[in-house]
Amino acid sequence: MLKTRIIPVLLMKNRGLYKGIQFKNHKYVGDPINTVRIFNEKEVDELIIFDIEASLKDKPIDFEYLEIVVSEAFMPIGYGGGIKSVEDAKKLFKIGIEKVILNTYAVLNFNLVKDLVEAFGSQSIVFCLDVKRTFWGKRVFIKSGTTKTKYTPLELVKIMEDLGVGEIIVNSIDMDGTFKGYDLDLIREIAKNLKIPVIASGGAGSIQDFKKAKDAGAHACAAGSMFVFHMPHRAVVISYPKYEDLVKLLGE
Amino acid sequence: MNYYKIVIIDYNMGNLASIANMIKKIGYNCIITSDTKEILKANKLILPGVGSFDYGINNLKSLGIYDIIIKKVLDEKSPILGICLGMQILTEGSEEGTEKGFGFIKGFAKKFSFTDDKLKVPHIGWNTVNIKKSSKLFKDMERQENRFYFVHSYAVKCYDEKDILTTTFYGYEFVSSFEKENIIGVQFHPEKSHKFGMQLLKNFIEEY
Repeated sequence: MLKTRIIPVLLMKNRGLYKGIQFKNHKYVGDPINTVRIFNEKEVDELIIFDIEASLKDKPIDFEYLEIVVSEAFMPIGYGGGIKSVEDAKKLFKIGIEKVILNTYAVLNFNLVKDLVEAFGSQSIVFCLDVKRTFWGKRVFIKSGTTKTKYTPLELVKIMEDLGVGEIIVNSIDMDGTFKGYDLDLIREIAKNLKIPVIASGGAGSIQDFKKAKDAGAHACAAGSMFVFHMPHRAVVISYPKYEDLVKLLGE
Repeated sequence: MNYYKIVIIDYNMGNLASIANMIKKIGYNCIITSDTKEILKANKLILPGVGSFDYGINNLKSLGIYDIIIKKVLDEKSPILGICLGMQILTEGSEEGTEKGFGFIKGFAKKFSFTDDKLKVPHIGWNTVNIKKSSKLFKDMERQENRFYFVHSYAVKCYDEKDILTTTFYGYEFVSSFEKENIIGVQFHPEKSHKFGMQLLKNFIEEY
């Protein structure tokens, strides 16, 4: 059995799926429900769905639609986007979401993270770190990459680990959608300094990038563009590697 | 499409739509209900469950479903598939609560407890199952590696080893499914285990 999880990431806004490059110029790629059904066929073990406008535009979580999407998924789903309270998380678990993923509101309010971990346990609470290069070095960004914070990546993940978060998604905004590979230095630095699992994200272009991320210390790899576009012209094609190929490359 | 009158019992414990959708995907009809009249008419029962033991038992009783299940399972020998908490409820009880389970299977649900800090509770994630006896539930699945999605803090200890259908390793080999005549329990979630869940549900529907 494959031990390194390979997780497709779907970006949702207004009940449609979108994909951008470096968090910009998002292009419509399809309907979430149809896409989930395709991933069912491809025997994907786990899926992540982000609502990319919820925090940015202070929109409520679309529970009604998410419930439909989850009911079509034959694998566990992690959701992130606009989670502000224990009540939000409770509703998400009730509709069948397996893990809640936090970014903006976790950074703005550390107590929220503490409360969520206490209410639901570490294993269902994930923190997603969005990192972008600035003049002063890599910094953590929130609100869909639009707002810079004062934190360096390492500073913030240590805080989140201490608060009891179960896993960290390390996402490079600079590499996002580029197909040029993960920010391996970033992944290596974070994985080396944390005890909890690290999920690599941002920039995966081929199955080889998964091996590189694993060698850099990642326990799992997330990918968006790679599973949704066919290069070189970014034709929208939903794909996923064969399980046997993943096992061969990444070992059991 | 054959009509087998498959009933997914709704006793307010967890999300049932995925199970129904998976059954529909396989090509069969089913209903989700807490209506005792519908449950009585069923050919096959699915007892899902996410949540705490006593809460589950009490819900079954207050909805009037508890006695109907006993009648269906013991008198009519209707096949019943318990999933996760549903599996545990088919046994004699659980360390989690004080209520008695149905006792169809001699066994008791016990909490995972590890001295080693590395193994976390609940057991969450995909894991493989080892088939211990021949069964129609795993028809055409015997020669492949079978993995399913697990989320649980309690696991059933079977007092009669003959009832054990599969075991799974998490700190030790625990019972991941049991089977005795028309009574089947799976600790994992077939509805979240894509092709493996579909094959298993298809076998439950077609072979029992």
